Amino acid sequence: MSAAKPVEAVAPDDESDLIRRLRANDAAAYETLVRTHGGRMLAVANRMLNNEQDAADVLQEAFLAAFRAIGAFEANSKLGTWLHRIVVNAALMRLRTRSRRPEQSIEALLPAFAADGHAADPAVDWRETSAETAQRAETRDFILASIKKLPDNYRIVLTLRDIEGLSTEEASAALDIEPNALKVRLHRARQALRTLLDERFRAGAL
Amino acid sequence: MKDSVHMLTCKEVVDFLIDYDAGDLAPAQKQEFDRHLAMCPACVCYIQTYHQTIQLGKAACDSAKPEPIPEELVRAILAARQAGK
Repeated sequence: MSAAKPVEAVAPDDESDLIRRLRANDAAAYETLVRTHGGRMLAVANRMLNNEQDAADVLQEAFLAAFRAIGAFEANSKLGTWLHRIVVNAALMRLRTRSRRPEQSIEALLPAFAADGHAADPAVDWRETSAETAQRAETRDFILASIKKLPDNYRIVLTLRDIEGLSTEEASAALDIEPNALKVRLHRARQALRTLLDERFRAGAL
Repeated sequence: MKDSVHMLTCKEVVDFLIDYDAGDLAPAQKQEFDRHLAMCPACVCYIQTYHQTIQLGKAACDSAKPEPIPEELVRAILAARQAGK
């Protein structure tokens, strides 16, 4: 695969000019839009679908939908925000067409309790868990890899709610599950992710 | 979760944490939840690290610098647009 050309981000002041050119069907403007926003949109699709080919297909569908809808874009919001919503919706549609796979078990990642209800392994404080921690490359990569380790059904819910910011209602409608079932699944996903992160943060390995 | 006064176990605290966070517990249930937290540092710690998990996951995803879109994909998208898809 050849290296991509450097992406030149569109400065905020130039965005209104880009929109004007898109509406005028300027071919170069479409290319700028794809190069400016495509990388970030592909990352969103990859997080949601966990499959590179599906993510590439969804990205193409999302951009084509955006091209068709540019006339209706209300310039009081940023292009990036609008495109983000389009790619999330396109990824959700792809998720719905995937055949329902048997749910993978998450039990091994949930906290264990004794018969009397006490924690089998009581929690201890984590070290260095500020937002800045998550931005350090090695820590960030570890957290991202931990999210990918979650069983699909749980990873998708955590991604939609906690990463992409969909509401319970939006996420449950998109995944066609009851809001209560979604809430339970989200809680278990968070607990599982906590277990994975705890192994390193607790030990102070970072 | 029962409405009657009931000494919560650590398991129940963890099970109902998402409801507690959302403000969905009845007042009596919330009171029992808070009473347990006042006596159980391990559960306080669990809840703290649970919230940290949510924040770290979001921060990691938000700060990950995306790779530039592959050139082949740029071409495919623009070609599809030209083809009027």
